[in-house]
Amino acid sequence: MTAMTTMDWQRDDDGIVTLSIDVPGRSMNVMTERFLEDLANAVTRITDDDRIKGAIITSGKDAFMAGADLHGLVNSYARNTDVQALYGQCRAVQQTLRRLETCGKPVAAAINGTALGGGLEVCLACHYRVAVNAPGIVLGFPEVQVGLMPGGGGTQRLPRLIGIEAALKMITQGTNVSASEALDSGFVDELAEPGGAVDAARRWLLDNASAQQPWDRKDYKIPGGAGLMSPAAVQTFTVGTALLQQTTNHNYPAPIAIMAAVYEGTVLPIDTALDIETKYFVSLLQDPVSRNMMRTLFINKNAADKLVRRPPEPPVRTVSKLGLLGAGMMGAGIAWVSARAGMDVILIDTSSDKAEAGKDYSRKLAKKAVGRGRLAEEEAKELLARIKTGTNFALLDGCDLVIEAVFEDRDIKADVTRRAESEIPTSAIFASNTSTLPITGLARASQRPEQFIGIHFFSPVDKMPLVEIIVGEETSDVAIAGALDYVRQIRKTPIVVNDSRGFYTSRVFSVYTREGMTMLAEGINPALIENVARHAGMPVGPLAVTDEVSLELSYHVGRQTRKDLGDAWKETPADEVVRRFVEEFDRRGKRFGKGFYEYPGDRPKYLWPGLREHFPLAREQPQPDEVRTRLLYCQALESVRCMDENVVTHPADADIGSVFGWGFPPWTGGTISYIETVGLETFVAEADRLATAYGERFAVPVSLRSRAASGAGWYTTDDVDSTPDAASRSTA
Amino acid sequence: MPDAYIFDHVRSPRGRGRSNGALHPVTPVDLMSQVLTALRSRGELDTSRLDDVVLGCVSPVGEQGACIARTAVLNAGYAENVPGKQLNRFCASGLEAVNTAAAQIMAGQSDLAIGGGIECMSRVPMGSDSGAMHADPSVAYKTYFVPQGIGADLIASKYGFSRQDVDAYAVESQRRAAEAWDNGWFDQSVIGITDHIGMTLLSKDEHMRPGTTLDDLAALKAAFEVPGQQAGFDAVALQKYPEVERINHVHTGGNSSGIVDGAAAMLIGSKEAGQALGLAPRARIVGFSSIGTDPTIMLTGPTPSAEKVLQRCGMTSADIDLFELNEAFASVVLLFMQRLGIDHDRINVNGGAIAMGHPLGATGTMILGTVLDELERRGLGTALVNLCVGGGMGTATIIERVAR
Repeated sequence: MTAMTTMDWQRDDDGIVTLSIDVPGRSMNVMTERFLEDLANAVTRITDDDRIKGAIITSGKDAFMAGADLHGLVNSYARNTDVQALYGQCRAVQQTLRRLETCGKPVAAAINGTALGGGLEVCLACHYRVAVNAPGIVLGFPEVQVGLMPGGGGTQRLPRLIGIEAALKMITQGTNVSASEALDSGFVDELAEPGGAVDAARRWLLDNASAQQPWDRKDYKIPGGAGLMSPAAVQTFTVGTALLQQTTNHNYPAPIAIMAAVYEGTVLPIDTALDIETKYFVSLLQDPVSRNMMRTLFINKNAADKLVRRPPEPPVRTVSKLGLLGAGMMGAGIAWVSARAGMDVILIDTSSDKAEAGKDYSRKLAKKAVGRGRLAEEEAKELLARIKTGTNFALLDGCDLVIEAVFEDRDIKADVTRRAESEIPTSAIFASNTSTLPITGLARASQRPEQFIGIHFFSPVDKMPLVEIIVGEETSDVAIAGALDYVRQIRKTPIVVNDSRGFYTSRVFSVYTREGMTMLAEGINPALIENVARHAGMPVGPLAVTDEVSLELSYHVGRQTRKDLGDAWKETPADEVVRRFVEEFDRRGKRFGKGFYEYPGDRPKYLWPGLREHFPLAREQPQPDEVRTRLLYCQALESVRCMDENVVTHPADADIGSVFGWGFPPWTGGTISYIETVGLETFVAEADRLATAYGERFAVPVSLRSRAASGAGWYTTDDVDSTPDAASRSTA
Repeated sequence: MPDAYIFDHVRSPRGRGRSNGALHPVTPVDLMSQVLTALRSRGELDTSRLDDVVLGCVSPVGEQGACIARTAVLNAGYAENVPGKQLNRFCASGLEAVNTAAAQIMAGQSDLAIGGGIECMSRVPMGSDSGAMHADPSVAYKTYFVPQGIGADLIASKYGFSRQDVDAYAVESQRRAAEAWDNGWFDQSVIGITDHIGMTLLSKDEHMRPGTTLDDLAALKAAFEVPGQQAGFDAVALQKYPEVERINHVHTGGNSSGIVDGAAAMLIGSKEAGQALGLAPRARIVGFSSIGTDPTIMLTGPTPSAEKVLQRCGMTSADIDLFELNEAFASVVLLFMQRLGIDHDRINVNGGAIAMGHPLGATGTMILGTVLDELERRGLGTALVNLCVGGGMGTATIIERVAR
């Protein structure tokens, strides 16, 4: 037998073995192939060696263990892995854990830190679980968040311990619980103080150990009942399946696979049940949605969070003092997230009242955070003290970074740029939070255009995870690196894009809303447009979101664009819809109390009945799939154009930007992954058909057509593994 | 092909389907046995001549389990050579039982048979038999399962029936049922149900609320709004019907069928069998059809099942004198009337399940009997009987009176 490299083996005089998991080269224990091999060998040794009376499984790291190695799993789909082989690998994990719980000797888990996914599954296969109850230590099954499900017995052992309803809630929602919550719920047997888990486990082994799992007892019954003659189970599965459809809109295969595995498995003997779980797990590994979610939501998002696009030079710089020009909604939000990250913030506006009003936003959020126990009273006080307000640009002295969030007007922006630059150090970076005006043009007002950059936040700033960094023609690596370092400080996810009208996110998003309005103009039932958009996974329908952004704003942006483009501008049916709503109907959006929808206030909004009159329904209504295809394809095609024009340089940025920026459906993995999910050839053929039927906006870019011809997608298997930092290679 | 004829039919009154219902103390097998006994004694029937007893039952578990048809045959003291079988086509089971018995006769494989049905909803509540259709996650997911009431509200939303429309229909159902009872139009076919010492427990439908007004009904709460909104069913329905902006919940306990206990049986046979036993045929079973439709909206089967059976029989809706469509929910009947262009005075002329209740397994037999009695009373010729069915089905039967 080869020596174990992922765990430490110690046997004491009482015959108790302590297995301490410590996967080398990883900041967090994950289930590498080597670990699984070591665990299998350890189980054999525990079983066979008569001197061993019992075992403790714990971790040599702070956390107990995260789950599978997603970098290994993400390629199962791409590689077209043989089902039999995949099943064999997955089954081996199940068998090891099953051998552990039937080895005839008591095994206790000493859960010294966070145990997630596969890590928690190891614990559930032990006969006793002691967990350290301390802040920050959580237990849970996060697999569903990356399109997967537990594959090491979690869907079978957890309901057998705590009942079907409670288990489903944890596994389908991917919510974590604390050790004491786990004790209450019944899948942890004892709590320990930090450092005391192993001793407590040893006491149990010496005093009253049992080497049999409850489900291996003859008279065992699932708590709360199982199977369809149990009214409670019937209710749980019937309502649970409906609620699951409400949230997933049939786009996500994992939640229903979890539900089905629990349903089918809980009426079977454990061995058969585990096999059912394995088969559902394998089916998910072969689904592009889990590939998409692992790749974009986890692997590439982690890489972006760790600044994969950052130029290697200059070295990391920390913003300790941030200047904010404009204390409106955006400035106020940026002030809050920056102060929360420990920065001193100078919030400047044209009057001290306006500046203070901007700080009020932080006061409100601080109060809320204190109320929810997320922030200590004292910390809140210090945080608010870090935000200074005023009207005098001299306050900006010593700022490492200044972000302007003033009115979208070139002259005003130029003015504040000049005034700020005369106060700040020459090394400081100046950023604009514009969402519409090209950065290169704005940089002309700067003395140091190489230190001028776009940092585009999304509203509301405290909730939206994405920041779009816009590189102007003269922007230097120093500014890019500095802006990215700042984004990391405030713990948001950056993408880096090149200058263009609407940059990347606003440009593609507007294509979505315009397609919705075009359909309305064609006489497509507005309820169908809105419902299908949400069913496709968009957070809000195109008409509703246009109301939210306001038709008035669309109207003004449209006029500005028309002015800027001159003869190159072409009016579209969407422009006409916007114009009629503003000029003819005076329905300017939600803020004005009316738009595509009526907003009665006391009950949910509903579509304006006048739509029927002004946009009469076409006799032939499209199939829902046609509406869905149009809404998703137009965004994907515009993203390809952004890549062709070098606005976006990496498919991962296009994907992350679309999902986290404007809520392109996460199941797709993003606009580019969506094309790969559909399949390049199918996508091109379908887009060609749409272009003939609906117009040039669906025309297939040359680059895409040649990719389809050669079969080369944007991502390669290697590309996925783009993060060198081992610490990110975990979870689930 | 031999023809199948209806010789006689009997039903119990419908008892409120709760613990305070008059039939609650009666076991399902006893209730069914009393109906079978009545059918035997009315025609002085030599039961040994029966080739089969086919009974519909929707929750065939517990007291209604283990083939209630054979159990009731034995308990009613029918000849030992009479077999029994139970079937389940949800709400149309009672009609399907008659159709199945008729089919045996038409196929020449039986001469005399009983079709009927039983459901004691106060004792074996709806859903007691559970089922994969709604509770197996894979199945419910694949088929976009929602409860029937959501389907009924979806019909109203999609086809534009308002709360006022469905309530008005319900008021008329109550009025018609009361009128029919008051004039004794049900008397010849409804038997009193007795207890162990022969005292009558119930002789008239117990669920009716004669004199119900629109205002009474308007006060009732929409029954499916909470499950629709809180259990996710509205969302599921809209995923299947995205052209509908939102579900308008219009159905209440007052415009939906009542939950009741009841049983019914109908004697069917070939002309020769009738002649041999001295039974006069009352109507010929012209034809019948069942059909599957979308399971989510679930209750739109009646129109296609009617069209299918009409076509099969070479008829059109103009050839039908009276229609009977089970009043599962008001919107189901309103849609059927709209689709086939039927005036209210040709359908459910003596009220229906909204007033009198819907004992799931028995209703099909009951309404077939009711419309036969009414054809005779009015001196009319043909009727089409129809029910919407769970899981997205419809079952319809056409009968034609035989001149005596």
